[in-house]
Amino acid sequence: MENTPPGDDVDNLAFLSKQHAEEFEHMSWTQLLAQLGVSKDRKVYIQLFRHFAPRVKAYIRRLGVLESVADELTQETMLSVWRKAHMFNPEKAAASTWIFTLARNQSIDWMRKQKYPEYSYEEVFHDAEESATEGTPDIDQGLVTDRVMTAINTLPENQAQVLYMSFFEGRSHAEISSRLDIPLGSVKSRIRLACEKLKQHWRGEA
Amino acid sequence: MSINHHLDDATIFSYVAGALPQGMALVVACHLSMCDTCRSRLRAPEAVGGALLESLSPDRINDDALEQVLDRLDEPDSTSVSSAAEVMPVQSSEVPQPLASLIGNSLDDLEWKRMVPGICYIDLPSGPQGVTKLLRVAPGGVVLPHTHRGNELTLLLRGSLSDEIGRFQRGDVSDLDDQVEHQPLADSREGCICLVATDAPIRFTTLLGRLVQPLTGF
Repeated sequence: MENTPPGDDVDNLAFLSKQHAEEFEHMSWTQLLAQLGVSKDRKVYIQLFRHFAPRVKAYIRRLGVLESVADELTQETMLSVWRKAHMFNPEKAAASTWIFTLARNQSIDWMRKQKYPEYSYEEVFHDAEESATEGTPDIDQGLVTDRVMTAINTLPENQAQVLYMSFFEGRSHAEISSRLDIPLGSVKSRIRLACEKLKQHWRGEA
Repeated sequence: MSINHHLDDATIFSYVAGALPQGMALVVACHLSMCDTCRSRLRAPEAVGGALLESLSPDRINDDALEQVLDRLDEPDSTSVSSAAEVMPVQSSEVPQPLASLIGNSLDDLEWKRMVPGICYIDLPSGPQGVTKLLRVAPGGVVLPHTHRGNELTLLLRGSLSDEIGRFQRGDVSDLDDQVEHQPLADSREGCICLVATDAPIRFTTLLGRLVQPLTGF
């Protein structure tokens, strides 16, 4: 089977997965995704799929999508990971961040039956003029993810609530306002306060 | 391009979360395509999305899902043509790319409809609430004083506009909500063209405004 590309031999997938998990053990997800962009290696892709597909599906289901549709959207998202991997820049974002934006666009486009207006994420990466007004120093993006997660966990409950309602339920300011029965201005100020705290952690200031 | 008026943190956050109504997301995407500063501001909220994705407990995936995807990896990418076009900004166009996909690359050959004297409009796709319009205001034209029941995003594409908050020129965005009352005025010789999205009806504050509100579509 050494000559058979992984994926062509379906019966051996489980075995392959285990074998390669050991082979890639020392690499972070972000490094793996960057490698996929360069090598288009199916072995690398299988590792990424096994880690991210179940999480992408969990995210999409939380948006309120039926399981059968969530399966389909997860597959489409993971397919676009393969197709767009060459545009991923590991210095600018963690793998999870990049895959989140793909999953978000895939599911919103389906839910709204129209394309979510998008300033292409890839474009940001290739933009030589991108200003450094709000950047992180060149550090491992996995560390940035950990810092942001810490920040989320320390948000006051009413700020965490608007964060979850935005990211996991896709609710607009107006929808949050009527659901929580608080004025629009309060929704926005909670979001702004959360942003401020998250940004501090993201920059490593907290 | 020198841009002086930017998006609110709360707007950027909801855009990244995928929670902004369609029309407002359009205005945001157009501003982002013109504004380096706001583009760099996407990165912290995007990292939040990544952290949240990583934190979710994995859902069950069908055994054959991986095999199905692997079988498709060699398929030609039917979306690659359009996505290649998306990545190439049309530098010569006055119309930001996300809007160009709806109206084309020129602001000059559009079929404007008359709203009230001095103001023409074109309707664009919107969410269930509020409206999304391209507005053309004649030189010296004023929009009647109003406040908002929700958010109002306005992006200047040509000419300039002044209100109680300041002067807005190409690329500037006015990001307002129910805390603000204003009366925008097209203050340059050429008038102005702007992209406006709301997520709730606006509230005219004068009797005349309330009388003509049904005519305006806002």
